[in-house]
Amino acid sequence: MIEILWHGRGGQGAFTAARLSGAAYALSGKYALAFPSFGPERRGAPIRAFTKLDEKPIANRSEIEKADYSIFLDDTLFSPSAFDELKPNGKVILNTKKAISNDKIIALDAEKVAEEILGMPIVNTVMLGALAAVYGGISEENIAGAIRENMAERLWDKNIRAVHAAMEAVKK
Amino acid sequence: MARKFLSGNEAFAEGIRLAKPQVISAYPITPQTIVVERLSEMVEDKSLNAEFIHVESEHSALSCAMGASAVGARAFTATSSQGLLYMAECLTYAAGGRFPIVMMNANRSTALPWNIYGDQRDSLSLLDSGWIQAYAENAQESLDLALMSYYIAENSAVSTPFMVNLDGFVLTHTYEVVDVPAQEQADAFLPPFETENKIDFDNPKNLAFSAGPAHNDIFKYKEHIGVLNAAGVINKAERKFADIFGRSYTGLTESYKTEDADYIIITLGSIAGLVKETADKLRRQGKRVGVLRIRYMRPFPNDDIARAVKNAKAVAVLEKDISFGNEGTVCTNVKAALQNNAENIPISNFIGGLGGKNISKKDIENIFLRLETEEAEVKFIGIGTSRERTEVSGNGAECEKSQRGRIFLRT
Repeated sequence: MIEILWHGRGGQGAFTAARLSGAAYALSGKYALAFPSFGPERRGAPIRAFTKLDEKPIANRSEIEKADYSIFLDDTLFSPSAFDELKPNGKVILNTKKAISNDKIIALDAEKVAEEILGMPIVNTVMLGALAAVYGGISEENIAGAIRENMAERLWDKNIRAVHAAMEAVKK
Repeated sequence: MARKFLSGNEAFAEGIRLAKPQVISAYPITPQTIVVERLSEMVEDKSLNAEFIHVESEHSALSCAMGASAVGARAFTATSSQGLLYMAECLTYAAGGRFPIVMMNANRSTALPWNIYGDQRDSLSLLDSGWIQAYAENAQESLDLALMSYYIAENSAVSTPFMVNLDGFVLTHTYEVVDVPAQEQADAFLPPFETENKIDFDNPKNLAFSAGPAHNDIFKYKEHIGVLNAAGVINKAERKFADIFGRSYTGLTESYKTEDADYIIITLGSIAGLVKETADKLRRQGKRVGVLRIRYMRPFPNDDIARAVKNAKAVAVLEKDISFGNEGTVCTNVKAALQNNAENIPISNFIGGLGGKNISKKDIENIFLRLETEEAEVKFIGIGTSRERTEVSGNGAECEKSQRGRIFLRT
């Protein structure tokens, strides 16, 4: 099972990204579970979201303790304690403008990509693209399919482009 | 059939859309809100042809559904926790009036302390209200129960309202893969609602009347028989369901590796998936363990339970409920089932998940292991047992201190 932890602030769309990654993976005929950290929703407050991906139906509905990928939509939420929540080969995917040199961290300036393509600093689908590039188990085509199934039509084109741009940026 | 990625609430709303209720009356409450939001959107975009009545309280929500059912309309409502308790007065009216209304209840803790998270104290406190009560494990079963509930409730030998319970958040708000049937399949499964128990200008009769001491008992007896009759209709519904949709269910309970099991956990709701997964892990280590999931609390599966556990050395009932001063209500029911069937097996009661507290795989492993060695009693996971009560008296601070030393070590 692949386990993905999403960290964001209320309003940044971390749970939407968690849900889209599960929906995209499920489009390949496999199974996924996605849920937010439950509770009152407050704009700006730190939130976590969870995605589990597997070849077979997933019975364990508890929160993820050790992740394959821990994704930070906001680098002010990141601290070295994030590594404690990773599996041995797990990776952190971090949205930041800072230069990072750590082989456990894949860093990108997702905000820049979002500003260019979406015209606003909403980085959730950019980070979804980054996950797809690092993980390799979710196809760009299925992410586009999940976006079409789950987002309003006016958002399809630019979010699909944002995913593509993030995948290219990470591959470089 | 379409394969979709939906939450429990959304899957249930899809099931209700397919069941074509004519009247939906509801009042929003976390964590039920999304099911009524989705249904109101379906009514708005005309994918569901129903009257959506946004009432001012849960008491009115069920009263309104009863009025609809009394003129022969298929009616739906949904609630949770304090909303269900506020509705409680109307629950016995709907059951005694034999109105086959379907309600979704998002299982949530009851106040005080105020808490929006999932446990099952809300619905279990209303077991005696005369409703059929089902508990879903996952989003697919939620959708399927939405469809099956009307088939069962509306059968003329049953004619009883039906409460489908989904664990708050862990089921209502978790997204997973769900097969959504086509409308033609749903129509082939579920015929339109026909009843003689309705207001009819051509054939007038009195509904919802009073009955004094001379006749009251026969009404209550018939109400009891109606709920009991549901057991047979559930089997019939599931056979037809499997023929049309290709998915099978197993009646009032689901047995998982119980045949040769020495130790069995009996539980209900969405935690059952993790309990089964844990049983698989222990089986790989050579331990003979099994799981019995209760799907229906009413009618209660007395015989199924006795049959499933009769060869076990010990049984644990794991539930998100406590009847203060006694034990968990599910446990009390299970004990009665074994007594009724002359089975004498030690039964431990594990109370967990109150107010949404996580029940981990480790907790479940420990329950199986403790069954091998410890005597049967009521145990709160991670806290203590009924016997240890004197240690948790006194003020809160002392209580916290005395618990930490010894009780965390125990689990």
